[in-house]
Amino acid sequence: MTDAKDKAAKHSEDKETLLMRVEQEAVQNPFEGVDFSELELSLYRPRTLFSIILSYVVAAMTLFALIPLFAVLGMLLWRGGKVLSPTLFTNLPPAPLEQGGGFGNAIIGTLIMVGIATLITVPLGVLTGVYLAQAPSESKLASAVRLCSKVLTGFPSILAGVFAYGAIVLITGGYSAIAGGIALSILMLPTIILTAESAISMVPAKMKEASIGMGATGAQTVWMVLLPTAMPGILTGIMLAVARAAGETAPLLFTALFSNYWLASHGRLNLMQPTASLAVLIYNFAGMPFKNQVELAWAAALVLVTLVLILNLIGRSFSRQQIE
Amino acid sequence: MASVPDITRAHEEVAAWHPGQIWNPPSAAQKWTDRVFRRLCVVFAASVIVLIAILVLEIGVQAIPAFREYGVGFLYRATWDPNKANYGILPEIWGTLYTSLLALFVGTLFGVAAAIFLSEGYLGEAVFRLLKVCHLDFHPIWGKLPSRIETILKTLIELLAAVPSVVYGLWGLFVVIPLIRPVCNWLHSQFGWFPLFSTDLSGPGILPAVLVLSIMILPTITAISRDALVSVPPKLRMAAYGLGATRWETILGVLLPTASRGIFGGIVLAFGRALGETMALAMLVGNANRLTVSLFSPANTLAALLANSFPEAGAKEIPVLMYAALVLLAITLIVNLFGALVLERASAKTR
Repeated sequence: MTDAKDKAAKHSEDKETLLMRVEQEAVQNPFEGVDFSELELSLYRPRTLFSIILSYVVAAMTLFALIPLFAVLGMLLWRGGKVLSPTLFTNLPPAPLEQGGGFGNAIIGTLIMVGIATLITVPLGVLTGVYLAQAPSESKLASAVRLCSKVLTGFPSILAGVFAYGAIVLITGGYSAIAGGIALSILMLPTIILTAESAISMVPAKMKEASIGMGATGAQTVWMVLLPTAMPGILTGIMLAVARAAGETAPLLFTALFSNYWLASHGRLNLMQPTASLAVLIYNFAGMPFKNQVELAWAAALVLVTLVLILNLIGRSFSRQQIE
Repeated sequence: MASVPDITRAHEEVAAWHPGQIWNPPSAAQKWTDRVFRRLCVVFAASVIVLIAILVLEIGVQAIPAFREYGVGFLYRATWDPNKANYGILPEIWGTLYTSLLALFVGTLFGVAAAIFLSEGYLGEAVFRLLKVCHLDFHPIWGKLPSRIETILKTLIELLAAVPSVVYGLWGLFVVIPLIRPVCNWLHSQFGWFPLFSTDLSGPGILPAVLVLSIMILPTITAISRDALVSVPPKLRMAAYGLGATRWETILGVLLPTASRGIFGGIVLAFGRALGETMALAMLVGNANRLTVSLFSPANTLAALLANSFPEAGAKEIPVLMYAALVLLAITLIVNLFGALVLERASAKTR
């Protein structure tokens, strides 16, 4: 109210008095009582000095934190690259004191077990994501499922192995690629669920409403509108999950164990036998006192990291397309 | 008038492309598919809850024989002797918490510093100044570098979180341990009276495990903290600058407190990851059943105990290990649940 009255009063003044008032106010010092030296950006002032020093401290700490991270990659390229050769991809792991050898069966084993895990988790995870994205916000089941998948993201990988050991190895009576794949799927599931949910709920509501308005059923809307539109985001989630599973060691230690032979018996693919994987090969060979095995471990680590990083970059490129 | 579409014509045309498809109500088969699909979604979603229940039950049921035999004393006895069937996991619980907390301390210190560095745009500023010196600051290609380089660095740090833990273990075993051993042994010879340095580092031990573990959790902390800092409304920063605060007065007084919930949630999640981390610790911590505060002594953690003992465990030892797994499960579930709830609250607040 006072504001409005002021305005009215100002309007009623004629131009001359207004001009006089402006002059008067301009003469008064508006910065009276302000200590300008306080505002100076000078190194002699403790406040600014503190700020600048902390900036450099943080920069140094970031640099210091990045050194080991890149040292890992550098060391891999150096020590793994030294021994990398095409025969590594076709040969079987060497026995102790044997020279040469490779890890062809480990690469195939990793791919097969990750493939099994992907076959299990993709339908389960994506449909759960569909449910979560479509469920009303007050749904108790949906929030419970969401919380469960968030808790699963931090689930210790070794416990997935312990579970698969108790639930599958003990029952089927032996270490197998199937048990390894199931252990890996527990670790892949939460990533796929959470990324699928966020990708589907980011589809504009008008597309879904248009589809329903045209008379499509819920299932048709999901299959023909929501999933195709959200596909880049879902693929990102799947690739990230696959990349994580490919590098996991702990769940495979006592579910798939390790094997020095190809994943076959009597010339046929056999998924119910101990299976080699790159990650377990690195773990086993790193602890051996033989130089040849240690070098193979470095080469396998280089191959594994390359595989994981490529999968990651592919996954990220999907979601980048969506944003642009 | 030509712009008004001829609706009847359009209908006829569409009908010619898709005879009989547009206006039919869903057929019985379509309705049935829809119903089955909806049910399937609900069942799959519910199966996630069932999965967690089965996980807990499976490990719990397998641990029952050991629980009957050793009771709660299992948690505070310090012996592990399969020959005399005398088991206790106090050293493992202590080792798990000790290594995780130390790694969390180092990782948080550097991780939050890196998050501040990335969210403040220091790198972009530095690159911009460099470009200005070279007169390239508005160059069509080079001029984009300052804004690009931060996303590149952020992506790189996130990619490093994807490096498998067994690779970090390999690196720790062959690079970190030889590198820090002379320093550690010098510290032991000079300050051996100090409890933290009371043994020498003969190979694997707590310190290399902690160092590698903190490197592994750093990307998680940095990524979540950076997201929390970036999502602080810019008007708060502007208001602080407007009141005359320096950059660091703004960071410490406004940005960090506002983002603190998000950062804290990230730290708790990283803690959960450190507790459950297996391979790097199994390779680096030394697998010695020892209750110690010395940084250079070998020790053991719950996850490493499982990884090392499970493959060779006999039928009698399996329930004991299941009991240990149950303890690990309880610790990590509590920490993760807490972290998830904190992060949820944090995101609800910023919304």
